[in-house]
Amino acid sequence: MKPFRYERAGSLASACASATEPTAKFIAGGTNLLDLMKLQIETPTHLVDIGPLPLAEIEESAEGGLRIGARVTNSALAADMRVRRRYPVLSQAILAGASAQLRNKATTGGNLLQRTRCSYFYDTTKPCNKRMPGSGCAALGGLNRMNAVIGVSSDCIAAHGSDMAVAMAALDARVETVAADGVTRTIPIDALYRPPGNTPHIETVLAPGELIQSVVLPPPPPGQQLYRKVRDRASFAFALVSVAVVVTREDDRVRAARVAFGGISYKPWRSAEAEAALIGATVTRASFDAAGRAALRDARGYGYNDFKIPLARRTLRAALADATGVI
Amino acid sequence: MAEGKLADPIGLPLDRVDGQLKVTGRATYAFEYATQGGAAYGVIVPSAIAKGRVVAVDVQEAQHAPGVLLVLTKDNAPPQTPWGPVDLPDRFARAEPALDSDEVRYFGFPVAFVVAETFEEANAAAALVSVRCDSLPGQYDLHSAGPTAEDPGHISDGAPANSSVGDFEAAFATAPVKIEALYTTPYQNQAPMEPHATMAVWEGQMLTVHTSAQLTTSPQEGLARTFNIPKENVRVVTRYIGGGFGSKLPFYVDATLAAIGARIVGRPVKLAMTRPQLFHMTTHRTASEQRLRLGADRDGRLTAYGQDALVQCARFDNYTEPVCGAARMLYAAPNRLTRHRLAKLDLPRSDSMRAPGDAIGLLALECAMDELADALGFDPVDLRLRNDTEIDPERDRPFASRHLAEALRLGAARFGWDKRIAKPASVRDGRWLIGLGVASAVRADVLRSATARARLERDGRLTVELAMTDIGTGTYTILTQVAAEAMELPVDRVTVRLGDTRFPPTAGSGGSFGAATSSSAVLAACRKLNAGLALGLTEAEGSVTPADLDDTYAHAGFGAHFAEAAVHRDTGEVRVRRMLGVFAAGRILNAKTARSQMIGGMTWGIGSALIEENHVDPRYGSFVNQDLASYHVAVNADVGSLDVMFLDEADPHGSPLGSKGIGELGICGAGAAVINAIHNATGARIRDMPATPDKLLATLETLDA
Amino acid sequence: MHNENVALTVNGRRHALDLDPRVTLLDALRENLGMTGTKKGCDQGQCGACTVIVNGQRINSCLTLAVMHAGDEITTIEGLEEDGNLHPMQAAFVRHDGLQCGYCTPGQICSAVALLAEHKAGWPSYATADVATAPVLTDGEIAERMSGNVCRCSAYSNIVSAIRDVAEGGRI
Repeated sequence: MKPFRYERAGSLASACASATEPTAKFIAGGTNLLDLMKLQIETPTHLVDIGPLPLAEIEESAEGGLRIGARVTNSALAADMRVRRRYPVLSQAILAGASAQLRNKATTGGNLLQRTRCSYFYDTTKPCNKRMPGSGCAALGGLNRMNAVIGVSSDCIAAHGSDMAVAMAALDARVETVAADGVTRTIPIDALYRPPGNTPHIETVLAPGELIQSVVLPPPPPGQQLYRKVRDRASFAFALVSVAVVVTREDDRVRAARVAFGGISYKPWRSAEAEAALIGATVTRASFDAAGRAALRDARGYGYNDFKIPLARRTLRAALADATGVI
Repeated sequence: MAEGKLADPIGLPLDRVDGQLKVTGRATYAFEYATQGGAAYGVIVPSAIAKGRVVAVDVQEAQHAPGVLLVLTKDNAPPQTPWGPVDLPDRFARAEPALDSDEVRYFGFPVAFVVAETFEEANAAAALVSVRCDSLPGQYDLHSAGPTAEDPGHISDGAPANSSVGDFEAAFATAPVKIEALYTTPYQNQAPMEPHATMAVWEGQMLTVHTSAQLTTSPQEGLARTFNIPKENVRVVTRYIGGGFGSKLPFYVDATLAAIGARIVGRPVKLAMTRPQLFHMTTHRTASEQRLRLGADRDGRLTAYGQDALVQCARFDNYTEPVCGAARMLYAAPNRLTRHRLAKLDLPRSDSMRAPGDAIGLLALECAMDELADALGFDPVDLRLRNDTEIDPERDRPFASRHLAEALRLGAARFGWDKRIAKPASVRDGRWLIGLGVASAVRADVLRSATARARLERDGRLTVELAMTDIGTGTYTILTQVAAEAMELPVDRVTVRLGDTRFPPTAGSGGSFGAATSSSAVLAACRKLNAGLALGLTEAEGSVTPADLDDTYAHAGFGAHFAEAAVHRDTGEVRVRRMLGVFAAGRILNAKTARSQMIGGMTWGIGSALIEENHVDPRYGSFVNQDLASYHVAVNADVGSLDVMFLDEADPHGSPLGSKGIGELGICGAGAAVINAIHNATGARIRDMPATPDKLLATLETLDA
Repeated sequence: MHNENVALTVNGRRHALDLDPRVTLLDALRENLGMTGTKKGCDQGQCGACTVIVNGQRINSCLTLAVMHAGDEITTIEGLEEDGNLHPMQAAFVRHDGLQCGYCTPGQICSAVALLAEHKAGWPSYATADVATAPVLTDGEIAERMSGNVCRCSAYSNIVSAIRDVAEGGRI
């Protein structure tokens, strides 16, 4: 690691003020940031530890949902009985990610802001527009098995690694932030992430010093919730493809559906196309497949990751079948 | 059970004698010597190119960074013996110099070394070293190198690269039933949990390295050769080793650089490779392309039996993975042909990884046997039984003991093989397709040289010393049992000391020869001591040599693997629900640790079938997977229920105790049983390992229709 | 850059340290305090060998800075024995041969001890069919919950047996 100044945050305001310098970073759980600092992919000169701040509570919101403090650990969130009963898809998604040890440290805010696991982002001897703007994208013509198939650009095909965020996308979560000047704002989770375009190093809409305070879950949508993750080993691996579904069945028809994919884009990929295809559709594998096809109409593979397109469709089919009780 | 006198402790399932030290964290591994300021810290700077020359290294900034004691490059490294010699009979005793030239031989090649007061300072300074290289074009792709690959003459175990019996081509051409298939296996990494690490200290002309190594005398010789100093001036200490699996047979630049650093800064220096560095700076298992051609008569008897293997080694090396070794012993067939071809690429060194050759050779061969059974319409167990042989089919010697057929029969009964439905995709459990698979296991046995010392202390305790290692296999424990039985002492009166070149020399741990070799030496020492006790003898040495194995016989362990795989119909995920391994592995020296070796090997089999693979990016000549998040090894959730059964057998013409190697037999064939179970579950014939979900989708799409 | 004063409480004992803020909790334990029972396998949070228990929860000590742990209760493998007797989990690992090379073992054991506490608290896992219920600790549950601890020797089945033995009130 490069040398840095370590600061324990005294208050929200002082933390945000400290972190407005371009080479400063907030640190909470540290499970992603410290890994990247050891490899000098991240080289902050100033770390602002938000551990002393509150932000570790899960509270009922006025609208009947939950407000999750940014420092709530993944474990605490997954184990919270309110989440388990009302938002089981979120519990499942969190528990599908990483390991128990990492979930005990990783936080809600940090999880959303985790950086890609693209092998070429991690190998500092290789071109990577995200790590070194303008150097090129080694993944495009390389071993891109884990990379994205939708929503990305010719400058970067990195996939977002979060499971938690996929469930949050399906739940219409909102991110509440505060900036150094005290201004707060609420960002729909889908709008938190910037498409890579030709600036893949800028990953979110957050400004320097802007801190995620909390994530708000609206009241739980009706229907069955399910998170399904497919990976290269049975546990402790990033998704090849994952899917969060919330689906309501009425007789043999789908009345309402929400679909979000993980592992296929730069962000948790909410699919309006799949949802539109599902509403009113018969509860059959054939219509689930059609929804998957709709979701992936604009997807394209880059060689080694071509399989993600059929796999995403099939995983959606499996999840919807399980959630609706189709044998 | 560890208390008190036991009449015949050999074979009993005693708890491992070093268990208590390991579960309390008191077992000390190489990097754990000289903490709390006792040593300076070293960090290696790797090259960013795969082939070329170091033009200039700018060390200014690094040298002036806080805490830095030394920045070593090609410009100021001391003279050393060049790498090699490549043809040294003991390849693990080659010179392993560091920073001795400007040549970059593979990606991640060491190009600078930083020593600083603290680990953090050394790391930060290492990143400040600026290395300018001239890159040269290299050859990195195994497949495209195939047509120009060479005949290596010999494979790494010394056997000829090619073997031929009868007229294979004619027999294959006319075989009434035959299959021909190309199998590929990927690059794999041993990935021991403890990274390669060394703490080096000089006292005058005497160098001591605490290093993580499977061998002792080889690195001692190799370091002496590297520095051109007498072997007696090098002491290698390796008491506890955090896994080896072949990767710690060679020693590496961590030992060389720690020693150089310690010499220059005049105090102990320690360094551990970083986990990403391991993927290039140490060895790996080569990828392979294997062409299997099997021909049989309609009764299921093999008439033509051919395996061609293409493997990789580093440009400057000669290691040839003995892929076809197992095939040469496993089944009878009058017409046989096995060949190895070697592609020298500008990649890091390939070398041994658990069951070199056999692990991947059987992965292909035993899947091909399943294909042949299919083509014949035979039960796969039955096909194997029909081709069993009591004679080593290529060297015309009887097997000293071979119980493959019993393993297959007993295993089939115990596993419930009779419930298998031959037609693929016949059994379902919800959305999971269920299948059963079988494969044979074989692993040749060898004996190496070793000497042990046994000493009766004044208090009546026995001390046994030998420069052997325990890499987790249970060596401390089995040698305690052997010595206790030989001296008729309770096991708790015996202390076994290993991992120090001050003790009598051994061949170390590797190739499954460790237990038989070291226990034979201990037995010889104890017998000699016992015989001399009446004459007042209190210390004796005993030895074993390869000649103690009767080579008028062929020696090998055998077994049979059975696997039940579940494949998800939508996603192609595979779960191994249960496995059974039945082994005829000679006399078992400790039933508990032996079983552990087998479940370990079987789990590696699951890994090789489903999970493990590294990729070369041919544009850069580097491995893409450089950490344990992208190079997957099996985790706990990957392992279903594992059942192990040992047949009651001993090798009457083998080592004095009749034991055989068991560290590798468990992986041999295990992966093939899983792959064959996938075929039975789905009809998909996976020939490109591992069977990740993407490779099953096409078959599943067909099943949808 | 300057050092930070931090007091670490490890196995009930307070240690005042003057630390480079870059020092991870893992390196502080191993190099500064000389407590080498906690292992460094990858230094990237990908193997679990460095698992320690902080305030009752298992974490990867390689991915956290020592200076972030002032006032925390840190338990390492060296702190599990009581009155010179092995912790039941340590004894079970020996009995079931849940170890081979021993390098992942301290992390496995710390992880297993914390696992039982997590289960007792009713925490679900990805293996739990209905996350709203308190799961039964099946072998599948144990395996999923232990998947953050890689054992390359692959003693996994024996590790599961050891943990189940202790969970069921095992003998010592």
